[in-house]
Amino acid sequence: MNRRLVAAGVAGLLAISAAVAAALAAEIPLDQRRSSYEDMSPGNKAMQDDDTANPAVLFVLDGEALWNAKAGASGKSCADCHGDAATSMKGVAARYPAFDNALRRPVDLEQRINISREQNQKAAPFAFESKEMLALSTYIATQSRGEPISQFDDPRLRPFIEKGRAIFHQRQGQLNLSCAQCHDDNWGKSLAGNIIPQAHPTGYPIYRLEWQNLGSLQRRLRNCMTGIRAEPYPFGAPEYVDLELFLMWRARGMPMETPGVRP
Amino acid sequence: MAARTLVNVPPKAKRGEVIQIRTLISHAMENGFRHDNMGKPIPRDIITSFVCSYNGETIFDATLHPAVSANPFLTFHTVATESGTIDFKWIGDNGFSQEASAKITVE
Repeated sequence: MNRRLVAAGVAGLLAISAAVAAALAAEIPLDQRRSSYEDMSPGNKAMQDDDTANPAVLFVLDGEALWNAKAGASGKSCADCHGDAATSMKGVAARYPAFDNALRRPVDLEQRINISREQNQKAAPFAFESKEMLALSTYIATQSRGEPISQFDDPRLRPFIEKGRAIFHQRQGQLNLSCAQCHDDNWGKSLAGNIIPQAHPTGYPIYRLEWQNLGSLQRRLRNCMTGIRAEPYPFGAPEYVDLELFLMWRARGMPMETPGVRP
Repeated sequence: MAARTLVNVPPKAKRGEVIQIRTLISHAMENGFRHDNMGKPIPRDIITSFVCSYNGETIFDATLHPAVSANPFLTFHTVATESGTIDFKWIGDNGFSQEASAKITVE
């Protein structure tokens, strides 16, 4: 075969694959982002919107009790230092994961609660997904309801956002899928009977009807990872926090919905 | 932690008006058909009955079964007849009992 023809063919193929890659790897434009709340049935929307029908509010009440309960060797409650959560915690969950100076890396809200329990209250940390951790983190995050998610413009966070982005685009598991292939490239289409959401973590911790319980963002991420038959990271792994940070940065400016309800 | 309840009764209503009452209670509603990680059956632990009374008179009751999901949410209607108290009681396995009440003013 003519060598020049082969070269032209290879160049053409490269151009096509580059165009396909560009078309698939595009991030969702900021003005086209939407919460998966929009995809819910009117009944489920009503459940989230009505504080006497939203089952997550039961956990918020438990969280309020924990906020005011004395704990650990210090004999102090959260409220003893932080005061009224309605003012001191307003907007806090909207800017987590945040950079921790001692650890030199971002920590999520759950880790921040346990750091404060161990260092300030001298109390045992809560286990991941324990009723106490879910209740307290939901109570704190509910104080940010309606607040816009932070811009995450702290330069120290930048490398961790990039790590999270790399995980988001990394194909993994037996199905060899990346997060981006569903949530950037195919949102709005159907996966079995469900609409693929854009994956914005606006309402966490969420009450998921399928779980019949409240769950953290990390639980939800594990859910997707087992769905693509990848091995999930252990709870609290830095990879999750990087991914949480990337997802929150990706949802920057969107309003917080905690306590969210999802089917 | 004790069970949490959320009841929603309109604080004011006109006489003869049909009002909606909504109740929510935290309960795992463990159905008794599941097994733990070691294969041991998890014993049933559900709410078995719910009664709502309006100034002492039962206006709604329900028997709950293992298929009811966790944190049962019950909604029903009644006619606002007079001012007073609406009481709610949930009873379940292992001696579970929880009460709540709400005031209503009928004009």
